[in-house]
Amino acid sequence: MKRLGRAEFDRLLNALTEVGYELIGPVMRDGAILYDSIAGVRDLPVGWTDAQEAGQYRIQRRDDQALFGYVVGPHSWKRFLFPPNQTVFSARRTDDGFVLETPPVDGVRRALIGVRACELEAIRIQDRVFLEGPYLDTAYQQRRAMLFVVAVNCGQAGGTCFCASMKTGPKAHGGYDLALTEVLDADEHYFTVDAGSPAGKEVLDRLDLPEASGAECDAAAAAVARAESQMGRSLDTDGLKPLLDRVLDGRHWEAVGQRCLSCANCTLVCPTCFCSTVEDITELDGGARRERRWDSCFDGEFSYVAGGSIRQSTASRYRQWLTHKLSSWHDQFGSSGCVGCGRCITWCPVGIDITQEAAALRVADAAEHDG
Amino acid sequence: MPDRPKLAVWKFASCDGCQLSLLDCEDQLLAVADAVEIAYFPEATRVMQPGPYDVSLVEGSITTAEDAERIQRVRSESRVLITLGACATAGGIQSLRNHAEIADYVRLVYARPEYIETLSTSTPITDHVKVDFELRGCPIDKGQLLEVLIAHLHRRRPNTPNHSVCQTCKRAGHVCVMVAHGTPCLGPVTHAGCGALCPGYNRGCYGCFGPADRAKPAALSTRLRELGMSDPELVRLYRSFNGQAEEFRVESEAREVQSGAQGN
Ligand code: SF4
Ligand code: SF4
Ligand code: SF4
Repeated sequence: MKRLGRAEFDRLLNALTEVGYELIGPVMRDGAILYDSIAGVRDLPVGWTDAQEAGQYRIQRRDDQALFGYVVGPHSWKRFLFPPNQTVFSARRTDDGFVLETPPVDGVRRALIGVRACELEAIRIQDRVFLEGPYLDTAYQQRRAMLFVVAVNCGQAGGTCFCASMKTGPKAHGGYDLALTEVLDADEHYFTVDAGSPAGKEVLDRLDLPEASGAECDAAAAAVARAESQMGRSLDTDGLKPLLDRVLDGRHWEAVGQRCLSCANCTLVCPTCFCSTVEDITELDGGARRERRWDSCFDGEFSYVAGGSIRQSTASRYRQWLTHKLSSWHDQFGSSGCVGCGRCITWCPVGIDITQEAAALRVADAAEHDG
Repeated sequence: MPDRPKLAVWKFASCDGCQLSLLDCEDQLLAVADAVEIAYFPEATRVMQPGPYDVSLVEGSITTAEDAERIQRVRSESRVLITLGACATAGGIQSLRNHAEIADYVRLVYARPEYIETLSTSTPITDHVKVDFELRGCPIDKGQLLEVLIAHLHRRRPNTPNHSVCQTCKRAGHVCVMVAHGTPCLGPVTHAGCGALCPGYNRGCYGCFGPADRAKPAALSTRLRELGMSDPELVRLYRSFNGQAEEFRVESEAREVQSGAQGN
C-alpha cells in the first residue's frame, strides 16, 4: 500500500493524462455532483457533500476539504461505456444499390476517477451482459478495453446507500487499476493507494510514492468501516428470490402501481439497467440510419408485441422491474441486478424506495400466509 | 414530378406558431418542397389549388360554428389528416373558456361584444372529425414535424415516442430539478418531444406536449403538494396549453374541487 499526499493528487492525474487518458470525474453542476471531463483537482467538488433521501438530493458544504466527501449522484459511469444514444449504422444510396456504414467508436481512452465499490460491481454486471452473453456488443467492448479505473473506497455512506447489504461495498474488491482511500484527520490529508492491475502498477511506479505506514493503513480501514456503519438503507435479500418468484399478482403491486408514475427515471439512473431500443430513421435524400437509445421496462412500447403492449398497467411494469433486479437477474446473469447504490430511490420524483417495497412485499406475503 | 403528394396546411383557432415550424425547417424546407407539392398553405404561398389533398396538416382548435363546418370540408377533401400542436390536439390555451362563462370573457375583452360570434368551448379537431395522426407540442418540434412527413412519404410509422419527458431528460444527462432543487416539474406525466428543454435550463416542465402514456397526474400532485404547491396552483399548472387533454383536465378539476373544499 502506497501513500499519496493531498498536495500530490494532481501528480496522479497528470501521470494519467501523460499516458494518454482523458480524465472523467465528479464535478459540481446545476446543484448536483455528476460525471464529466476534468483537468485536475480544481475541477473536483472539493469540500462538498450531498444529502440524499427518497426523492430528494441536495449538495451541502462540508466542514473540511475532502476531495471525495460525497457518494454517488444522478449520473453513472454507464453513460461512458453504454452511451444513451448511439448510431448503430447508417445507409447511403449508391448507383447500384446502397452501402451500410458503421460509425467507429470514438477511440478516446478514458480514466474514470472516483469509481465507488458499488459502481465497480455495476460495471462488472454490465460486462457480463454486454460481453459474456451469446451476442457481443463490440462498441461496449472497445470502450471497455480502453478504460482505466481509479476507484475510491467510501469514507461515508449516503442516506439512500445500501451496498453493505448487497455485499458490493463500501470497499472495492478488484475490478480497478488503482484504488484510493481518503484519510482526513486533524492535521493530515492523504490517500492510501493500491494497484489492482499491471496498468495501475505502472502508473504507481511512475509516481514513485512512499509506502503507507501501518497506522495510515489502519486509518484508511477505519474510514471504510465508518462508511459501513452509516448505511442509510438496508435490503434483506434472504429468501427474497423465491418470494418474488411466487408473488406474481396481489395487492402489493397494485398499491405501488398507484404511486408509480411509470416515468422510467429509476431505470435510467440505475448503473446496471442495460435495456435499449432501436429506431430507424429515413431522410428525404434517401439516406437512413439506425439509432440505439436507452430504453426502460416502464415504457409501454418496451413490451409491444403484435397487437399491443403486454404490460399495460403500471403495477405490472413495476413488478417486472423489481422482479428482474432482485430475482430473475440471478437466473440470467448469476448475480443480483442491484448493487445497492440508492440512485433509483433518490432520483424517483415521488420517492419510491426499492428497499421499502421489497420489505413491504415480505410483510404482505407473511400476513397473507398467516391469514 | 406529377406523383408528388399534394400537401395542404389549414389554420383554425391558433397562434400560427406550429405552421411556422414548417417554414422554420430552413435547410430541409427545399427538400420538403421537392418531395411534396405545396398545394394550399396561405401562410407561405399565394397559390391555392383546389382539393382533394393527399395530406392535410391542421393547426388550431374549433371555437366557432363556421370552423366546425369548415373542418368537415377539410376532412372530406383530405386523404390523411394530421393535427399539429396543442390547440388542434387538446383545444389549446383558449380552452380555458371551457371552465368559464364565455359571455363574461367577451364583454371583458371586446369593446363591441355584439360583433363576436363564438362557441362557448374550444375543442380539439378529433372531437369533430377522424384524425389520422396527432403531433403534440406547444409549439410542435420541427424535427418531429419533418419526421412525421418523411415517415408518411416513406410509408413507415413515425418515431414520436409517447413516453415521459423524464426519459429524454435523463438521456440528456440533465440534473432533475424536482429532486435536486425542489422545483415542481410536469416531466413525469408529460409526453416527450421537446428534448427536455426546460429542465435543461433548470426550469420545471410546463407540460407543453400534453399527457404521456400512462400519465398519472394525481400521483404527481401528491408530491407537488409536499413540495409546497397549493391546490389552486396545481389547477393552474395542469390547466394550460393542454388543459383539456383528458388526464390533465381530470386532475385540474379534482384539484379545483379540493380548492373549493378548502375555501380558497
Ligand atoms: S436498483 Fe436502484 S439501488 Fe439497485 S443498483 Fe439500480 S439504481 Fe442502484
Ligand atoms: S419507481 Fe419512481 S422513478 Fe421509477 S418509474 Fe415509478 S415513479 Fe418513476
Ligand atoms: S427535471 Fe422534470 S423531466 Fe427531468 S427527470 Fe426531473 S421530473 Fe423528469
